[in-house]
Amino acid sequence: MSLLEVKNLTVEFQTASGPFRAVDGVSLKVDEGEVLAIVGESGSGKSVSMLAAMGLLPWTAKVTADVLTFNGRDMQAMSDSDRRKIIGKDIAMIFQEPIASLNPCFTVGYQIEEVLRIHTDLSRKARRDRAIELFQSVGIPNPEERLGHFPHQMSGGQCQRVMIATALACNPKLLIADEPTTALDVTIQKQILDLLMKLQAEHGMGLIIITHDMGVVAETADRVIVQYKGRQIEEADVLSLFSAPKSVYTKALLSALPENATGERLPTITEKLTDAEIFAGAVR
Amino acid sequence: MTPVLEAKNLKRDYHIPGSLFKPAKTVHAVKGVSFKVEQGKTLAIVGESGCGKSTLARMVTMIDPITEGDMLIDGRKVDIAQEPLTAEMRSKVQIVFQNPYGSLNPRKKIGDILTEPLIINTKVPADERRDRAMAMLKKVGLEEKHYGRYPHMFSGGQRQRVAIARALMLNPRLLVLDEPVSALDLSVQAQVLNLLADLQDEFKLTYVFISHDLSVVRHIADDVMVMYFGEAVEYGSRDQVFGNPQHSYTKTLFAATPRVDVDAIRARIERRKRVA
Repeated sequence: MSLLEVKNLTVEFQTASGPFRAVDGVSLKVDEGEVLAIVGESGSGKSVSMLAAMGLLPWTAKVTADVLTFNGRDMQAMSDSDRRKIIGKDIAMIFQEPIASLNPCFTVGYQIEEVLRIHTDLSRKARRDRAIELFQSVGIPNPEERLGHFPHQMSGGQCQRVMIATALACNPKLLIADEPTTALDVTIQKQILDLLMKLQAEHGMGLIIITHDMGVVAETADRVIVQYKGRQIEEADVLSLFSAPKSVYTKALLSALPENATGERLPTITEKLTDAEIFAGAVR
Repeated sequence: MTPVLEAKNLKRDYHIPGSLFKPAKTVHAVKGVSFKVEQGKTLAIVGESGCGKSTLARMVTMIDPITEGDMLIDGRKVDIAQEPLTAEMRSKVQIVFQNPYGSLNPRKKIGDILTEPLIINTKVPADERRDRAMAMLKKVGLEEKHYGRYPHMFSGGQRQRVAIARALMLNPRLLVLDEPVSALDLSVQAQVLNLLADLQDEFKLTYVFISHDLSVVRHIADDVMVMYFGEAVEYGSRDQVFGNPQHSYTKTLFAATPRVDVDAIRARIERRKRVA
């Protein structure tokens, strides 16, 4: 049984000029211990599809799906309070801007203990010990002292480690990382990705990485889904995606990587491709 | 031939005034950096956030004064702390910023954004200003109909084209590009990099290209300088730096850059299987 199963997910937003379809018929499956990367350019609906699966979108969004199950339980039929018991505990999410996603008014220790207070029945002392243990596992030096710090006293990389520690607080079965390293330097990016992969292997969780960076995909994923304008263009295991991409869009995207450039100029095939051609070349 | 830009032992300190509770502090943002760039060449400056690369860009663009050292532009010594900047000098160096959403005034039309440098620095009459702006729009791959539109009507890649057009309005010798493509999508990034290469060929432009993306640097640069805590730890031609990095930080940087070739992916999957 898959951990998360989504079939034919569609998300529509009502705008002044009629409904706008941000996600159009996306289907995906994640198993335990598997790393899935969802890759696409801005506006491809990769974040929105995950937010929809978690039920985090505002009421203005119209979400429909044929199947939306987590661990065999139907997420659509579930009441809001039941869903809130799962989110943050069994499904956790890491967001793009580490500094913006922490509350500046509270210490990082308070914020990580808050998750434990809501989802577990640990005592105050046990919560603190668990927080220290989590900080150690994500590689924050002097955890006892760091717990009393505010987000502005830490660097972006440290804040992202706090976010990861918070997400891992209740040993989630599925971790969704939305552009976890986009705001970070390459050396820090490497550390954070290595950390995520290490923790993923240790806990055997399912991991979904949302990214626009082909490098991150190459370094982390087992399986990859390529999205464009809300639609799924290609799904493949990471090796076949990079060695033999099937759809025209993936080919164009990979050829635009500066690493793959042969001459002075970079090929810009996507500029010439129309949406219809991209969708027609989709391989599912 | 005199290089377009030459820097000798460039330093920049920032003084943080003390208060009742804190003593005054001096931050050495750039600690003695020397380099030169010939006409038509590209110097890439690489480093992590806080290493002083943007401070260097501000000094080269004559926004911030130099604390110590010499900077020569076209063989002429420039020090804005000593003498006020002339319009002639200002038009020699122009800058393109990282975030095209923040660097264009949302209340101004594209035409006004493009003609503003001419109004400030030259005595070109209005109709000629308009003609030049129109011509520049076409040069950067936009159309004449875009002249009367506002920045919010453009995509990120188009806005970056506008920012490049604005920087080129004064026919600069040197263009400082502060992470010009890091806010853009992959396919758009390729288009903007191609545009920069074309413009360099056409106008014999000299680029100082600041970036943290080594794959982009490897594609575009002639020379590479790696900065670490305000110091240039590595400086040489692209092939030297990429082929035979000397400093440990440069090696760390290369090791941290994700690899997208099939062999690297295969090796990673093998490692993962062994652990599992």
